[in-house]
Amino acid sequence: MSVVKLSGDSSCPVTPHLNSGCGFPAPNAEIFFLEPYTTLNVFGMEFVIGKTSILAALVSLIVATFFLAAARPRKMVPGKLQSLGEQAYLFVRDQIAREVIGKDGDRFVPFLGSLFFFVWISNLMGVIPGAQFPIMSSLAFPVSLTLMVYATYMYIGMKHQGPIRFFTSAMFPPGVPKAMYVLLAPLELLQLVVTRPVTQAIRLFANMFAGHLLLTTFTLAAYYLLSPSIISGLGSVTSFGVTVVLTGFEMFIQGLQAFIFTLLTAVYIGGSLHAEH
Amino acid sequence: MFNIIAAESEVNILRLPLDELIIGTLAFAIVFFALAKFAFPAISKTLEDRADAIEGGLARAENSQAEAAAMLEQYRAQLADARGEAATIRAEAQAEKAAMIESARGEAATAAASVTERAQAQIEAERSQAMASLRRDVSELALTLAGKVVGESLTDDARARASVDRFIADLEVEAAK
Repeated sequence: MSVVKLSGDSSCPVTPHLNSGCGFPAPNAEIFFLEPYTTLNVFGMEFVIGKTSILAALVSLIVATFFLAAARPRKMVPGKLQSLGEQAYLFVRDQIAREVIGKDGDRFVPFLGSLFFFVWISNLMGVIPGAQFPIMSSLAFPVSLTLMVYATYMYIGMKHQGPIRFFTSAMFPPGVPKAMYVLLAPLELLQLVVTRPVTQAIRLFANMFAGHLLLTTFTLAAYYLLSPSIISGLGSVTSFGVTVVLTGFEMFIQGLQAFIFTLLTAVYIGGSLHAEH
Repeated sequence: MFNIIAAESEVNILRLPLDELIIGTLAFAIVFFALAKFAFPAISKTLEDRADAIEGGLARAENSQAEAAAMLEQYRAQLADARGEAATIRAEAQAEKAAMIESARGEAATAAASVTERAQAQIEAERSQAMASLRRDVSELALTLAGKVVGESLTDDARARASVDRFIADLEVEAAK
């Protein structure tokens, strides 16, 4: 019996097979750092053009094109595309904006809708054949969105409640014994300024990251174990089955995380509009 | 760019490259611009227009229903009027007919009465004329007979008898007239 080489061995292929004598290449964080195709220099700044950035541009194009095409017919009796666009719009308006913010949530529908569909389709890229990389598993993308969300509700809060009252109303919630404010005020401030944006970004990132890692592991295992031997063959079939089930589960998580991200944004904007009583 | 946590391996999953931040922001900005500027206002407007159209349609339907009801009421009133009018006309005609029959009957009676009267008058006139003529004839005959009785011989029986016979025959003829 030959000695099993470690997966990191330079003589092993990127996706080795059981028969190659290499160990199982358990995927690690390296699978999230894809080789860039090229770099682009814009005003002295290096832009890495890789799978992630191309997929991001593609998602942007898909979402924008879909809604522009769906909004175009403007028929009284809508066709399939127009109907789908209207349902997407109504979902964001009725289930998120009006449900969370209230009647004055209508003016945030474009922002919330853009967030939901941009995040959702970005996530969906994790299971779409050919793409198979969730953009939001690259931390910079959730962070860039969260920064915009953060700026939005900070600005709205200071504009609607006044720059000082916005912070004090958050730090001193009513109905709490006065002595508790010693403990509560710094925590609430930390929550408003740091915890909210960090958790919002990390939640989305971590979910997509973990999902992609899980899917990759079982996909690689299905290939690695594929052989006529009963035990490893059974392992391969099982891994493939798990991959299929996990893909369905992952699609659910992708939609759910997009929804949660947008819902939290709506909650934060609503909190900035109306101070807690 | 930022390296929040230095990972043990050469890759750091928490790194935040500035170019990716910019690409993410730009990609979202494109979506937001397209949706906020064009797509969502159009969809919102279409939905409003549709709601308006449906509400307008309902209002129109209600209107025409009310109109139809009013028209029905009007027709009913007109029908009742027409029925009343017909009844009046019928009653008038009945009355007129009765009057006409009455007047015709009266005229006929008058005419019959006048015919009878005239006939009676004629009969009366003829009778009195006959009486007058008979009376004149009888007296004339009497005179003739007396003259013959006085003037002629009575020996001639046969002639006398013949005269009497003639007289009587003449009388009979007269009577028969």
